[in-house]
Amino acid sequence: MNTDIIVGLGSCGIASGAQEVYDFFEKSIPGTDIALKKTSCIGICFQEPIVEVVTDGVKTVFGKVDTAFAEKILSGIKSGKLPETNRILEDQGTLSFIKPQVKIALKNCGKIDPENIEDYIAAGGYEGIKKALTMSGDEVIALLKESGLKGRGGAGFLTGQKWAFLKGAKGDKKYLVCNADEGDPGAFMDRAILEGDPHSVIEGMLIGSWATGADEGYIYCRAEYPLALKRLKIAIAEAEKRNLLGQNILGTGHSFVLHVKEGAGAFVCGEETALIASIEGKRGMPHLRPPFPAESGVNSKPTNINNVETYANVPRILVSGAASFNKYSYGQSYGTKVFALAGKVKRVGLVEVPMGLSIREIVEKIGGGSSTGLPLKAVQMGGPAGGCIPESLFDTPIDYASIGATGAIMGSGGMIVMDSSSCMVDVAKYFLQFTQAESCGKCTFCRIGTKRMMEILERITQGEGTMEDLALLEELADVVGKSSLCGLGQLAPNPVKTTLRYFRDEYIAHIKDKKCPAGVCKPLITIEIEKEKCKGCTACAKVCPVQAITGTVKQPHVIDSAKCVRCKMCIEKCKFGAIRVI
Amino acid sequence: MENKCCCNGVLREAQEVVADIGGTKDRIIPLLQEIQRRRGYLAEDLVNAVAEVTGIKSAEFFSVGTFYSQFRFTPLGKNIVKMCKGTACFVAGADALIDAAESTLGIKSGETTPDGVFTLETVSCLGCCSLAPVVMINGKVYGKVTRARLAQLLEECRK
Repeated sequence: MNTDIIVGLGSCGIASGAQEVYDFFEKSIPGTDIALKKTSCIGICFQEPIVEVVTDGVKTVFGKVDTAFAEKILSGIKSGKLPETNRILEDQGTLSFIKPQVKIALKNCGKIDPENIEDYIAAGGYEGIKKALTMSGDEVIALLKESGLKGRGGAGFLTGQKWAFLKGAKGDKKYLVCNADEGDPGAFMDRAILEGDPHSVIEGMLIGSWATGADEGYIYCRAEYPLALKRLKIAIAEAEKRNLLGQNILGTGHSFVLHVKEGAGAFVCGEETALIASIEGKRGMPHLRPPFPAESGVNSKPTNINNVETYANVPRILVSGAASFNKYSYGQSYGTKVFALAGKVKRVGLVEVPMGLSIREIVEKIGGGSSTGLPLKAVQMGGPAGGCIPESLFDTPIDYASIGATGAIMGSGGMIVMDSSSCMVDVAKYFLQFTQAESCGKCTFCRIGTKRMMEILERITQGEGTMEDLALLEELADVVGKSSLCGLGQLAPNPVKTTLRYFRDEYIAHIKDKKCPAGVCKPLITIEIEKEKCKGCTACAKVCPVQAITGTVKQPHVIDSAKCVRCKMCIEKCKFGAIRVI
Repeated sequence: MENKCCCNGVLREAQEVVADIGGTKDRIIPLLQEIQRRRGYLAEDLVNAVAEVTGIKSAEFFSVGTFYSQFRFTPLGKNIVKMCKGTACFVAGADALIDAAESTLGIKSGETTPDGVFTLETVSCLGCCSLAPVVMINGKVYGKVTRARLAQLLEECRK
């Protein structure tokens, strides 16, 4: 009897304790006929760490495995009776998380060992490039155009068209770049693909190089993703060994040399001209287009840039055909989109859904609805360049145009769900703080305009805003967007614009009533102990960092509002729910 | 170079760095990353020495170094605490956690404690959004961190 134990070792899994579980198995299995394997992010993050046991082809998947449970699994394998608990494929919640999904880009994630090229090949890997090599470059490009694949980094430009520009560009030296500088806070789609299936990106680029005539490529990956970088480097070395990269690939005469470039932490480098400057070793500042990278990119040579998810889709389209991809469609959007679903939903994780599924289906069916019991208020899509879509628009389908119409953007796939405990003015301030700090400083409107907008939001959240501030905020949002050179500045006002559009009442409550309806903005809230509920246990007084809470044992306590710093530690500590924000 | 009698050690180190990484302009970022990997920050003497070895002006190194958030110009503490400020962590209360870390350690984020035991930083996203709020201490990610758990983790570092 052969048994495989497969442990999910993605960054999230490791942070949840998967490495300890893996180490435990590694120590325990010598002398048995159990084989230990690893895979990466399975996407079912809320069940991490995840362990899969396969005995004679029968698969059982366990969630929330710690070393104690790992011991139970081991003895279960030996006795032929696996534990009955923690079986996630028998859990209704997990099933409803999985069911609406369609995996194309994430096809191999969580299924193969990303550090072993054999696993990728056994799963049909490098069949896409073999197919491409039987076609001409123009045929490959035509197939991609037919599939309708658009740039998954957010801009949504037709990938086949982009490749056609590079193919048509003059010059004997051309570059292909993969943008893996996933800088949006709240997004981890690209990390999951790089950690879980790095060869799919390499193969996608290889196909691109064949189609466009590029012979050198860069994967620009942020340094904050050490595991992704490590697995990419392993994958490239293994592909080189098999002559799938390098000179005269598989005897075809085609060459493609691929490098990994480590980013150094600059959000603006997600913009393609800034990314190119960074590859060249310069400060990552964008420049005016034209010239577009297809004419003059890396080292002033024609260059094409796509993101991780875009490339990962390419081999699958080659193997299964355009129809297998564009049969999922809504309007002018085809295929699937990967989202990092996080925030206040019961089931968080990495999901891939067909175009046309509604936000509500993702939040409620896949995500299982609110995790806190509080009503859901909005979904933030597209990170700092995106916007907040209110609950009333949750029926919006996943489609570039439909999401764009709400004022948000499809973006690269960050999807953060917020409940009524989030203050939308504070959310707008949060994103603006981010873009303001990441502005490269080249354009005055982006550099100074975002700063002035930030100051207005500061004033409003401190209860010092005026209604004139709102008008000024809108004017600034407009001019910053219109007068900035690159996407960072053009889209920076989006979080402010969308919250003003859908949650204007919250802004007005801050300004006129001097109240923060969500109870977040410190200068506008008071923390109070309800006399009737307080048992006088003194727990709150003990935890208060500024000794603002007084009272005698078994008597209701009181908070001195003048001393209170609104840290809410007392609320966390109170077992009787006696402390509230007003 | 003859006048810099005390710099031989640094120059040798710079030569090693350049031999490892390469000395052309497109290697400026990897060179800075290597300097930081060796020293923990962009030590001025080593940056200048690398500039000398490569023939690229040191101003160019500092121009690039000051642009990217990865680079530091002051030495690091023994323990590096990175507080995630990504959207998912923000929604899960990262601000309160950052406040708590700042008041426990008595420094602002971006600073190092006077005794050199802790450096506190905020990062825009560690990509472990499903575990929000997360904190990375000495390279290890901790998920669903509460203020009590953070205090405990910091205490463990002191031991």
